[in-house]
Amino acid sequence: MALDEATIEKLIKAGLPDARITIAALADDNDHWSAQVISAAFKGKSRVQQHQMVYRALGTRMGNELHALALQTGVPEE
Amino acid sequence: MTTTTAADRIKREISDNPVLLYMKGTPVFPQCGFSARVVQILTTLGVKFKGIDVLADPDIRQGIKDFSNWPTIPQLYVKGEFVGGCDIVSEMFESGELKKVLADKGVATKG
Repeated sequence: MALDEATIEKLIKAGLPDARITIAALADDNDHWSAQVISAAFKGKSRVQQHQMVYRALGTRMGNELHALALQTGVPEE
Repeated sequence: MTTTTAADRIKREISDNPVLLYMKGTPVFPQCGFSARVVQILTTLGVKFKGIDVLADPDIRQGIKDFSNWPTIPQLYVKGEFVGGCDIVSEMFESGELKKVLADKGVATKG
């Protein structure tokens, strides 16, 4: 059921190839994660749109196999 | 068709309630930490809001995710606009942006 760290990172990378991703566990259950995703693709997008791009990369897993992913998104500093 | 009904009900709720939170559980008894966090933020800001428990209605639980193209609960709507889930609302609260957005939209906050 749960998704591991490497899989989450791989999926996000597939959708956002330039992304800098930092994943941390929120709980020791392989099911609650937090991720910081930095990508130039987020430029000019609202926070809602940025999160939607990450969710799109994760596909149907978000809210299913992946119960909780606390997200923080941003663009790289110039 | 049930999906049409769920979408219609969601649209009506969103237009009828200036501040609306789709959540797991109720504002008094949230049943998920992320929902509880958003309730706590709105309460701290002294914002009057309506909570809709998605656990009580599977059609709405799926319907709201389709409506906003957002896979998780909670979801906060202010004056018909989707503001975000727990992470975005928390980030906006901490930066003071949430209070500003509420004020700009004419929603009364405390202090």
